[in-house]
Amino acid sequence: MTSTELPAQLAEIREDFLALEQSDRLQLLLEFSNELPALPERYQDHPDLFERVVECQSPVFIVVEVDQDRAVHLYATAPAESPTTRGFASILAQGLDGLSIDEVLAVPDDFPQTIGLTQAVSPLRLRGMTAMLGRTKRQLRERAAALTA
Amino acid sequence: MTVETDPSARFAEFAHPERLVSTDWLQEHLGAPGLVVVESDEDVLLYETGHIPGAVKIDWHTDLNDPVQRDYIDGAAFAALVGRKGIGRDSTVVIYGDKSNWWAAYALWVFTLFGHTDVRLLDGGRQKWLAEGREVTTDRESAEPAAYPVVERNDAPIRAFKEDVLGHFGHPLIDVRSPEEYSGQRTTAPAYPEEGALRAGHIPSAVSVPWARAAADDATFRSRAELDAIYRDEVGLTGDEPVIAYCRIGERSSHTWFVLQHLLGIENVQNYDGSWTEWGSAVRVPIVQGTEAGTAPAPR
Repeated sequence: MTSTELPAQLAEIREDFLALEQSDRLQLLLEFSNELPALPERYQDHPDLFERVVECQSPVFIVVEVDQDRAVHLYATAPAESPTTRGFASILAQGLDGLSIDEVLAVPDDFPQTIGLTQAVSPLRLRGMTAMLGRTKRQLRERAAALTA
Repeated sequence: MTVETDPSARFAEFAHPERLVSTDWLQEHLGAPGLVVVESDEDVLLYETGHIPGAVKIDWHTDLNDPVQRDYIDGAAFAALVGRKGIGRDSTVVIYGDKSNWWAAYALWVFTLFGHTDVRLLDGGRQKWLAEGREVTTDRESAEPAAYPVVERNDAPIRAFKEDVLGHFGHPLIDVRSPEEYSGQRTTAPAYPEEGALRAGHIPSAVSVPWARAAADDATFRSRAELDAIYRDEVGLTGDEPVIAYCRIGERSSHTWFVLQHLLGIENVQNYDGSWTEWGSAVRVPIVQGTEAGTAPAPR
């Protein structure tokens, strides 16, 4: 895996983290946490459309959407009492937004381990983010298969 | 300088009432000379989202663990850490956190390894403070550094190692994990990722008492009578024998350790922090699966 394979917006997030000292990385994660995009109105009263990321220690729900232009959007909810998990969801929601199906599927599975948080955050939590990415890709494969069917 | 203890009637029934303070007490004493408030959470970003005014943060993951060996930091590192947080050897330290003080109790236990005398928990922790609508701030941590002496850890009284557990058979062992982890269906708590142990089950003869049974819905500790009913009547602890508690990495069992030692006054309680991530991967140690405790092997 080389960084050139990473879509520009994900690469930028990674560079932003790696440029910082450990304690400032947590601060940046908090900023992401606070910026987790709100759900579009069409999803707000539809918990049934969301998939729970059971690997996360707190209740996190995601739904993946492919729009008319075949661009990918990831929507996620996570409680305010779980800012770390919210931060991870926000990184993926913002980092994947608008990419093509192939670009998202090509994101390395170990992306969460490469953004410089392995020392600041416990391994259990990073696994939660890895699971979030894995479930996103699985949902996307299902969506993509439905589109070509 | 030691700050007066909380005289609440609710705490008076506990063996060591000086180990707890109420939210009212803390509100009144914020800023008192000699008092340092510490937040220690499972979610390492919670402090930054808002904390009790003046509180400092201690991160269980990055601050208290040795970064290389699986062990706690040594005396020099502890002195540097807490000195930076404005804690002196005579400070009254009040710790609070999320998840019914699960991690706060862990931090308190580590402070105790270093023999810090006056360390207390905020009953109800972060949840109760917020539920009561009390003030929080997102101010960056600021503390006047203090000189803390280098004191070497004294593990023996309250910390058990694997060999100690093998020699302890025949005396009470308490498994504080979830029923699913105890019976061997999982190696980690429900909703947590599977991680860290090669075998599932429990240490033979260990009784299952999930840690959270000691916590009420508002995150405070249950009353003396309720705790006695669980640990003395149901489990049969008499206080005459040494007790070892364990969980997955020793954090949930710190909560139980606090309950047994400080609230019920049972002497000689040790926390086995190697816990299931060590036992469940160790070679040639006995394991029982299912809901029965199983019989204790001969001590070795």
